[in-house]
Amino acid sequence: MSGQPILELRGVSKRFGAVQALTNVDFRAIPGEVMALVGDNGAGKSTLIKGVAGIYPFDEGEVYFEGRRVTIHNPREASALGIEVVYQDLALADNLDVVANMFLGREQVSRVGRLSELEMEEACIRTLSGLSVTTLRSVRLPVAALSGGQRQSIAVAKAVMWNSKVVILDEPTAALGVAQTRQVLDLVRRLADSGLAVVLISHNLHDIFEVSDRITVLRLGYLVREMVVKETDYESVVREMTAGQLNRVPGMRDHE
Amino acid sequence: MSEKSKSAPDFIDALQKSRQQQSFGEYIENYINRVKSGDIGSLPIIIGLIVIALIFQSQNANYLTPRNLVNLIVQASIFTTIGYGIVLVLLLGEIDLSAGYTAGVSAVIVGRLLERPLDLSSFGIADPVIVPWFVAMGVALLVTLLIGLLQGSIISGFQLPSFIVTLAGQLAWSGVVLLMMGGAGTVNIRNETVLGVTRSFFPPAWGWLLGFLLVATLALNEFLSYRSRAKMGLSTKPPQAIILQMVILSAVTFAFIAVANQDRGVPFIGLIVLLMMAVLTYVATQTRFGRYIFAVGGNKEAARRAGIRVEAIRIRVFMLCSLMAGFGGIILASRLGSVAPDAGGGQLLLNSIAAPVIGGTSLYGGSGKVSSAFFGALVIASVDNGMFLLGLGAGQRLILTAIVLIVAVVVDAVARRRQQASGRR
Repeated sequence: MSGQPILELRGVSKRFGAVQALTNVDFRAIPGEVMALVGDNGAGKSTLIKGVAGIYPFDEGEVYFEGRRVTIHNPREASALGIEVVYQDLALADNLDVVANMFLGREQVSRVGRLSELEMEEACIRTLSGLSVTTLRSVRLPVAALSGGQRQSIAVAKAVMWNSKVVILDEPTAALGVAQTRQVLDLVRRLADSGLAVVLISHNLHDIFEVSDRITVLRLGYLVREMVVKETDYESVVREMTAGQLNRVPGMRDHE
Repeated sequence: MSEKSKSAPDFIDALQKSRQQQSFGEYIENYINRVKSGDIGSLPIIIGLIVIALIFQSQNANYLTPRNLVNLIVQASIFTTIGYGIVLVLLLGEIDLSAGYTAGVSAVIVGRLLERPLDLSSFGIADPVIVPWFVAMGVALLVTLLIGLLQGSIISGFQLPSFIVTLAGQLAWSGVVLLMMGGAGTVNIRNETVLGVTRSFFPPAWGWLLGFLLVATLALNEFLSYRSRAKMGLSTKPPQAIILQMVILSAVTFAFIAVANQDRGVPFIGLIVLLMMAVLTYVATQTRFGRYIFAVGGNKEAARRAGIRVEAIRIRVFMLCSLMAGFGGIILASRLGSVAPDAGGGQLLLNSIAAPVIGGTSLYGGSGKVSSAFFGALVIASVDNGMFLLGLGAGQRLILTAIVLIVAVVVDAVARRRQQASGRR
């Protein structure tokens, strides 16, 4: 089942002042698979995805996208490549309806510059139905009126609407109840099944084992290892997260 | 997304159902539910206007006369116009406290350019320069646009609260008004065109024609929207609801025209105020710029991440607000027939901000309508006008206006709480 990775990081490092947030980490995302990214607080998960999203550059290392070496300077360039990130705070405008949020910043307009509301509404319904996000009463409801799971689904749908190839989800189920978590996990699985490369950041191992194909474990800014979900279990993942063997001693400078 | 058709083809769910047409009964039921859950729309304004009319009419039979109704429209036009700009700033979650004196600057520029020609002898031009009315208005509007650019750039460039920056602006522009008047006392305006802005009325036949055009345009708009939505298989309003709305709209419009025609006719400025409302409503709801105003007001960070140039939007909105104040200033000069060193002062600013708030635009950004300024201004003008007819002193009038404002804000706050309770923001 292992195909060619669409996104690959080789030996990336990132330092913030005195803090070495990432050291020589490899990472990959494969189309059709869910890659979970796990690690305790401060492991470097956020640093890694922000680098990929173009929020800031990596200090060292190489990023490959579809086999080509790329440098991502800002979020716009990441989107242009087909990389979308759904952050924990979702970045939805509560006062706008679902359609307006899905198209925010990329509205379709007619020749005279009038918003093509009907076309956008149609496309929005099509996308949501395609993802089986179907509990909405209307796509004209303000996002504020939606449940947590629905909001998460909208944020995800917004990310995948634009021919994206890699979708990175930052703690998508953190604030959700049982039923809504179910809803979002199903959506995550469907995204991968439809051919996208999905990166799932989560603290919840139960969720991860349910939908992921592979797990990348980070610890203190180092890569511990990448594991295949079918060949591992809870205990080993927890062990790797908390006491995984590191190539080098954390906190020590590299002397190469 | 490449494969969207993987889901089961035959499920009927909430989203699919939302695409079907509602029946009239369902529509009314939905409306009642929306009101119950706090989405009250323009209901309080309509009830408020009726209550106000009943109270004042019972106290003074002159209140509901054709003459007074026409006066009321003209009176409200000044802070309706300024209020339109305030709506846009409020949508951002900002405020413009300088709008009153910005209007004052505009009024004084028009007055001075037309009636006290500039003395340019120090530039070697001996004869005083007399400019035509459109140049005077053009200069006034240009200056207000620059005022907006200046204030907006300071607010955005230094990330300062608009409250403080425009408070400073209020002081500065009132100073500019004083300087421009140069101790001249009051300057009377005799220019027919400027005076005509608030003193022209349409002949009865024109009034009817305009009313007909208004109703026909709105009806056509509803019809076209209904047709294209139905064609694309999107949910539509039930036709009965559209017809009911159009009947109510025509009744109100033609009743107003019939009454206005008994007096001097439909005021020209009334048409201008409606046209401005139409244009700004279009901008706010049908263009990218308008959508971004709501987005910035709702969630600035989300807007920024969506690639919206948040600061450019904010500066443009402050410019637009000052420009509307500029228009308001011209109407002010026309209505008063003169400009004075206190132009743009007094209650002008408070009324202009109170109007959209009474009309239902939120002070917290992200929610409101351009038309709220119009309806809110009608309420303020009605109360003001009614109290004047009752011979109440300035003290009582101020206090009563304050009560109306507080009631409006309380209604808004209660509605908001109900919306929160029922999960709608």
